Amino acid sequence: MKKEERKLTAVEIPIGDIVEAETAVEFNTGSWRSERPVWNKEKCIHCLTCWISCPDSSVKIASDEKRITIVTGIDYDHCKGCGICARECPPKIKAITMEHEKK
Amino acid sequence: MIKTVYSKGKLVAKTGNEVVAEAMRQIEPDVVAAYPITPATEIVQIFSQFVADGIVKSEYVAVESEHSAMSATIGASAAGARAMTGTSSQGLSLMWEMLYIASGLRLPIVMAEVNRAISAPINIHGDQSDTMGARDAGWIQIYSENSQEAYDNMIQATRIAEKAKLPTLVTTDGFIISHCMEVVETYPDADVKAFIGKYEPERYLLDIKKPYTLGSIDLQDYYFEHRYQLAQAMRNAKNIVLDVAKDFEKTFGRKYDLCEKYMLDDAEIAIAVIGSTAGTAKVVVNELREKGIKAGLLKIRVYRPFPAEEIAKDLAHVKAVAVMDRADSCSGAFAPVYSDIVASLYASGVTNPKVVNYVYGLGGREINTGHIIGIYEMLCKIASGTEKSSNKVEYINVRIK
Ligand code: SF4
Ligand code: SF4
Repeated sequence: MKKEERKLTAVEIPIGDIVEAETAVEFNTGSWRSERPVWNKEKCIHCLTCWISCPDSSVKIASDEKRITIVTGIDYDHCKGCGICARECPPKIKAITMEHEKK
Repeated sequence: MIKTVYSKGKLVAKTGNEVVAEAMRQIEPDVVAAYPITPATEIVQIFSQFVADGIVKSEYVAVESEHSAMSATIGASAAGARAMTGTSSQGLSLMWEMLYIASGLRLPIVMAEVNRAISAPINIHGDQSDTMGARDAGWIQIYSENSQEAYDNMIQATRIAEKAKLPTLVTTDGFIISHCMEVVETYPDADVKAFIGKYEPERYLLDIKKPYTLGSIDLQDYYFEHRYQLAQAMRNAKNIVLDVAKDFEKTFGRKYDLCEKYMLDDAEIAIAVIGSTAGTAKVVVNELREKGIKAGLLKIRVYRPFPAEEIAKDLAHVKAVAVMDRADSCSGAFAPVYSDIVASLYASGVTNPKVVNYVYGLGGREINTGHIIGIYEMLCKIASGTEKSSNKVEYINVRIK
């Protein structure tokens, strides 16, 4: 069983509803997913349309040996399965398909 | 004759609005966002003239409503600017939603407020219903008896707000102070600027090296803690107000406190009141004292945070007290200041004084020395036991029957 997190007190939390930046990383939005985007490395032309469209910054990118930005996969810890990437991938390419999450 | 208190002070004849705008010119906030026509008074209009004439470097944001005025002020303050606004009456009502956001985000906004009645019926005159309606908004509220206090309060408010991290409003009674010309002592620009110092927020949104989120969702697990912090900040603000007042007195020579006690220490009967009516009541106290009647006055300067223990101590020895409210909360019971004072007395174990509630002056209805003498006469009777103290709100100068 997961140990319950200790909630901070009024003196411990920052005042005035301030939340430190980048805390979204700690949220496992991947657990919300009912469908998962499956990326096909062979078909992908690395146009980065999916990367720019993803509302959760869940399309992983890197630099290749020629220092060109390429897609390397999906961050399933944060991808919530909205399907935008699959929808936005150029119709002639269709390098991302949505598949049901298997239990 | 009015004399200067500060060695480098200068006597000027100005209306309340002019002198509050003058304080704003000297403070020269980074941003002023306001809706400069009715119901606002001239304060921000005069200030916008300073901006147009290049007298101040402040950024002036003319918005389309008070809701936007407060929103833009909140944005500027969160971004790290020293931000101010001004309003009155319906304008303050329209800010309602944003007032709570300003305090909830702990932004040290300073607002110049002119106390005027709220609709309906339409009325533009002096009445404290507007700020009394905002008494639970988490704003520090400082009331002024006259233009001099309004000017001094604006200067102090800047420091109080920034130290307490709470928005602060400084009020003047509509028309009685705002539009009346009085002789006021102003201090040199450089001395005012030195007193308020440079605003250096600990955190601000434009600090790209320390990014953070402001105003996020805060549900069952943390909202209560944040609201507790706010309530606690208001409690702590009492000492901040006093510290700033002490420093102000050291610098400019004028003494301020949470309340002003006027002939109160040995008083047997007393009036507790907020704002310009305190001035009228002082005249009456002087007259009564000449006749040997031990009358006193308690003027509440800082209404939020409410000086509960201090008031209980100040009034403990008084036999009969009249609390005068220039706002009726329509609660079916009592008006706001009365409720606060009675709660303070009771909580401090002070049960000796008989305390009656008078609502007066709504919509600018005249309150003169005659009315106040009438109240003191009634207090004399209550104190001597010849008259029972009323257990409901009494109204001054209104045609009831
Ligand atoms: S499914 Fe939605 S969240 Fe997941 S990678 Fe695609 S766009 Fe991003
Ligand atoms: S949109 Fe499709 S083709 Fe373009 S980078 Fe993403 S997966 Fe590859």
